[in-house]
Amino acid sequence: MTKIIDNIFASLTKFIAISIFFLVAGIFTVLLNQSMDSIQALGFDFITDTKWAPNLEKFGALPAIYGSVVSTFLAMLLAVPLAIGVAIFLSELAPQKIKTPVGVSIELLAAIPSVIYGMWGLFYFVPIIRDIFGGIGISMLTAGIVLSIMILPFMAAVTRDAMDTTPDILKESAYALGGTKWDVIKDIVIPYAKAGIIGSFILALGRAIGETMAVTFVMGNVHKISLDLTAPATSIPVTLANEFTEADTDLYYSSLFELSILLLVISFTIISIAKFYFLRRKRIS
Amino acid sequence: MTHTKKRIIANNIVMVLSTISALIGIGFLFWILGVLVINGVDALSFSIFTQEGAPPGYKDSGLKHALIGQFMIVGVATLIGVPFGILAGTYLSEYGQKSKLAETIRDISDIMMSAPSIVIGAFVYSVVVAPMGHFSGWAGSIALTIIMLPIILRTTDDMLQLVPSTLREAAFALGAPKYKVIIQVVYRGARVGILTGILLGVARVAGETAPLLFTSFNDNFLNTDMSEPMASLTVTMYNYATSPYEDWQKLGWAAAFILSMFILTLNIIGRVFIMKKGK
Repeated sequence: MTKIIDNIFASLTKFIAISIFFLVAGIFTVLLNQSMDSIQALGFDFITDTKWAPNLEKFGALPAIYGSVVSTFLAMLLAVPLAIGVAIFLSELAPQKIKTPVGVSIELLAAIPSVIYGMWGLFYFVPIIRDIFGGIGISMLTAGIVLSIMILPFMAAVTRDAMDTTPDILKESAYALGGTKWDVIKDIVIPYAKAGIIGSFILALGRAIGETMAVTFVMGNVHKISLDLTAPATSIPVTLANEFTEADTDLYYSSLFELSILLLVISFTIISIAKFYFLRRKRIS
Repeated sequence: MTHTKKRIIANNIVMVLSTISALIGIGFLFWILGVLVINGVDALSFSIFTQEGAPPGYKDSGLKHALIGQFMIVGVATLIGVPFGILAGTYLSEYGQKSKLAETIRDISDIMMSAPSIVIGAFVYSVVVAPMGHFSGWAGSIALTIIMLPIILRTTDDMLQLVPSTLREAAFALGAPKYKVIIQVVYRGARVGILTGILLGVARVAGETAPLLFTSFNDNFLNTDMSEPMASLTVTMYNYATSPYEDWQKLGWAAAFILSMFILTLNIIGRVFIMKKGK
């Protein structure tokens, strides 16, 4: 009898574990299936066309792809140096008394929902951008900055963790040779933690590209490619958030599903690179 | 000498720059937190917990509908996600261990943990909302379950691996079957860790907005029927904040404040557990 229960329990856990695999496969299959209309009707033009006009049944995703790429690039450009600075401060510079409270508050801020970053962006940050750079304040630039602030705590916390793994004895040896703090950071800590640091940046990149609410508030959802960063723009997630409940034709729906699967493929690729090349799992043994 | 001087100058520059960047980062983050607290406390009142949504300009509107909706959507997601996550994590740690299958499932769930949540929303839309013909609380819960599942699975896996194998061996030596060893010995040993995983998983999905936009949608009034569209704090916050009405925006801030306090509390409790465990 216990043998039977034992087998049932073992099979049950295995079945549920394997169902994770089928869930992911199911997500891909369903999204691809839903995109078929648009893939067949629009083909490769979907990705290269710049005109998105649902009333004319024209669906070109290039402005959304462009917006995703540019806003993410902006966010990384601003957040990477800041995150490295914050991480150096937390890991090597701050006295113990400051280290823990600042470190914990940064980690807690990473847990604040992105919809709140979006609200803050809309009410407090948009007016500042409008005053300084002109335009209406709702723009690609605003989206990039808000996005960078959103991913900063995450990047800083993970980078600090990576830096903290540097064995003290390595650092002490370098100090004993007469190295300055910066010498130790640049020649010992950063090389030692390099994989983890790059991995955390790529992971943050993956988050930024799929981030929806923080940018939905401040980007504008305008399907136009503009080199002017103060002009409103759109991205793949912003388009989805704004238009999914408005789609009224099959082709419109299908194009939105094609956008979703595009986003999923992009983010899976980015995260896989981070996981397999840089963040090898720390085994608990 | 000049070389040493250069190094010292470089050192000082970097130290100043990193302190400045820490100040900038922390400044921004506290700005956001400050805005949240000031607007939130300002907007809080007793009627927020007792009144439902109302048209703009109407006195006595509140968030009761959104609070109850949020509680139900997240609650149901937790009820589904927790047992599935724990059982799957049990397989990885106790049966699969380092087998190819277990490693593959670990990789898949690691990647899934970072999948854009709006895409999960689109998936649930097409498998639940479209066949049912309308938005529903169930659909919202299912979307959140999918997001929560990999988090609970991976923390359970990690926490069970922390249980010393001598404990298992001792139980086996007494002749206990494996399922009994797992349920009565391993789970008990990892209780605090698993609970932490659950708290962090709930904290994570409680702030999700994007996948709810087209699954549970929204409702401005109290609805406790899970098969109908349902309000949530996050979607209400989004709708109210983007509306042009000042009293709605105020309610949006109140919702933001309540939700972030809830999430921060869960995170702090989870962290305290982890710290205790580490000792």
